[in-house]
Amino acid sequence: MLPDAEQLLENLSRQLEPFIAEGAALVGIHSGGAWIASRLQQSLGGDLGTLDISFYRDDFSRIGLHPQTKPSNIPFDVEGRHILLIDDVLYTGRTVRAAMNELFDYGRPARISLAVLVDRGERELPIEAQAVGVRMTLKPGQNLELLRDAAGHFNLKLHEEISE
Amino acid sequence: MRKSVNNPQLNKHGELTHLLSIEGLSAPILKQILETAASFVGVAEREVKKVPLLRGKTVCNIFFENSTRTRTTFEIAAKRLSADVINLNVGTSSQSKGETILDTVDNLIAMHADMFVVRHAQSGAAHLIARHVGSDIHVINAGDGRHAHPTQGLLDVFTVRHYKPDMHNLRVAVVGDVLHSRVARSEIHALTTLGVPEVRVIAPKTLLPQEVEKLGVQVYHDMASGLKDVDVIMMLRLQNERMNGALLPSAQEYFKTYGLTQDKLALAKPDAIVMHPGPMNRGVEIDSTVADGAQSVILPQVTYGIAVRMAVMSILAGNTE
Repeated sequence: MLPDAEQLLENLSRQLEPFIAEGAALVGIHSGGAWIASRLQQSLGGDLGTLDISFYRDDFSRIGLHPQTKPSNIPFDVEGRHILLIDDVLYTGRTVRAAMNELFDYGRPARISLAVLVDRGERELPIEAQAVGVRMTLKPGQNLELLRDAAGHFNLKLHEEISE
Repeated sequence: MRKSVNNPQLNKHGELTHLLSIEGLSAPILKQILETAASFVGVAEREVKKVPLLRGKTVCNIFFENSTRTRTTFEIAAKRLSADVINLNVGTSSQSKGETILDTVDNLIAMHADMFVVRHAQSGAAHLIARHVGSDIHVINAGDGRHAHPTQGLLDVFTVRHYKPDMHNLRVAVVGDVLHSRVARSEIHALTTLGVPEVRVIAPKTLLPQEVEKLGVQVYHDMASGLKDVDVIMMLRLQNERMNGALLPSAQEYFKTYGLTQDKLALAKPDAIVMHPGPMNRGVEIDSTVADGAQSVILPQVTYGIAVRMAVMSILAGNTE
């Protein structure tokens, strides 16, 4: 039984409220993280940006460029800001590393914190989240996807990969 | 992805591995390039104008024909992707053709070059190199003879799409020396592939190739009817050497008939945009008041050209087998 994504979002929102109140800015990682960051901004306010990390992935030389890239958009000055990096699922940590690399090309943040809806463990890099909706364990080969319906309502879906 | 056995630009998975001409590329491939380019536009506005995609790769610009502008834009694009760039200006006069080109290429491959950007006065030069290199090396045609200049065609349609997003509802006029222009060919292929319903060419008979209609264009010989109600005007450069021959009486005469002035521009739609691939001959094919006017998007074309070349390079570099 998967947790209710809307409830996780509420949980995350409560944890992030004090940071936003102190002037932290939200930056969502495309696409799930960008949806979450946008919802968080609706309830908490503050600055909002999005990152598409396609140009910073560490597996480019193996799998090539993602066929659908979206422009990154950070409409505020990153220099000296506290950035709340938002993603849907934290797994190996490679996406977060790529996002931090890209963020530094916009300026030098005072601090970066990581907030995720789901932390499924199994890290391959020394990266941890400061705010987590829920921690859960999945089998290798299982993938968790965040879905957004027409009304903007979030749901989690579990995919079983046929083989790795 | 579709498979294509005969297209030398695609690998066995149907992915773009060389960019030689727009002819033969599907609309989805063109759109992927344009959409990736849109993601690169913002990179130039950041504090660090670089992404690490081609870090550790070496891009060789081999220009058998001089073109400072085109070479510079490819160089900037490669550097913004963090590639190392080697520029070779090889004068055609000192080179015997064919074998020597491939010798040059083989030497650069021995130095572990990963990508070649090739400009040559002869049509097919980039094809020759693409057929010669292994599957982990990529070739971009930066202009070959009268044949093709695909990145110019792509940056032109990128610019059109930026200002006029509804490509299926556009009237575009390509004006000038279509006969000698590789840019015109690439523009026409890109526009028709992306679904522009009406592409016109406007030129004197002496500057049009035979059977130009087969490219899917409507032919006009006078500006008054050709420019009427168009959304986009793409001017072509009139090369000076053409004016001394039998093709045209004089630069002044050409300007009077085919030069784009404010009066002629007024025949197009009021929000029409004016484009030119550069370098411009002011007072020959275009009047300064138009080139510097409110409807001119000639400098944005240059800016978008960097993003489009970054997109092409990064898509090719990712499509090894």
